[in-house]
Amino acid sequence: MPDVTSYDAELDALFFRRWLTAAADAVDREAGRLTELDSAIGDADHGVNLQRGFAAVTAVLEKEEPATPGAVLVLAGRQLISTVGGASGPLYGTLLRRTGKELGDEPAVGRQRLAEALGAGVAAVAQLGGAKAGDKTMLDALLPAVAALAESFGAARDAAGQGALDTVPLQARKGRASYLGERSIGHQDPGATSSALLIGALAEVAA
Amino acid sequence: MTGDHSANRVGIVLVSHSAAVADSVAELARGLAGGGPYAALAAAGGTPDGGLGTSSELIAEAARAVDEGAGVALLVDLGSAVLTVKAMLAEGDELPPDARLVDAPFVEGAVAALVTASAGGDLDAVTAAASEAYGYRKE
Repeated sequence: MPDVTSYDAELDALFFRRWLTAAADAVDREAGRLTELDSAIGDADHGVNLQRGFAAVTAVLEKEEPATPGAVLVLAGRQLISTVGGASGPLYGTLLRRTGKELGDEPAVGRQRLAEALGAGVAAVAQLGGAKAGDKTMLDALLPAVAALAESFGAARDAAGQGALDTVPLQARKGRASYLGERSIGHQDPGATSSALLIGALAEVAA
Repeated sequence: MTGDHSANRVGIVLVSHSAAVADSVAELARGLAGGGPYAALAAAGGTPDGGLGTSSELIAEAARAVDEGAGVALLVDLGSAVLTVKAMLAEGDELPPDARLVDAPFVEGAVAALVTASAGGDLDAVTAAASEAYGYRKE
């Protein structure tokens, strides 16, 4: 992508609102599949929980129209924490809110800057949940995505998708799935799958 | 916190995935805590529509209700209850300034916390009493 620098400065508040709207659409579209994955190793509510959370995010972003990328993400994160009801609420809420706080008041940011801020957001998620790479959680999609975002949006999407697929042979070490022990092996992690949707939506609006 | 600590007691919030569990543990703690008067205790269980899950609104509301200025101890059951309270504390403005997540077993910790707070113990004493409930082994 030779023209990446010229585009790079143009990730403004509108871009971030479009990202979260696209994420809400993707969650809506895939809610059934997320819940199906969660019924195998979780408590079968991941799809409907995220659907409710992102619908609330879309609604509040339309109403309040925050002016900066940071404000968009902080507002969305807060909304997820208060509406989701399951563990994915505080986790995704922390991801967006911390990323938003890292971006501060900047009116527009570049992809590299976003990659840094998202990295801080992912680190906050890891700290909150006490999880690390390979524990069969959303981190297994988010960590490679952040690393690849330094290269391009498309690379981040592909890395997140691959990361989600790579959770299949892993044994869960966090959350309800960890109670299943070896029986969690052979199932794709719903959190890593929804994380891949989120990063996929980012690549979609950046294209 | 400044204020009259002889009058202001630590408030306690019980956060469970289930309204029935939170309410029942609150009732159990009051029943085992002696004759009262009790420290303020509030249950924040389930989602606002009565489902299983965690609601930051119910938690914030409960914490405000029990806050007398001497701190609020939050006891939680599992999963999203733990993560939601941690995320709310990280946010900084949704809970009273002296709110604290107490690492304790839910039922046993609730009883110990209520007894200690009712007797006038400060937030450190309530935290210590509730956490010590982990030390009592059952076999």
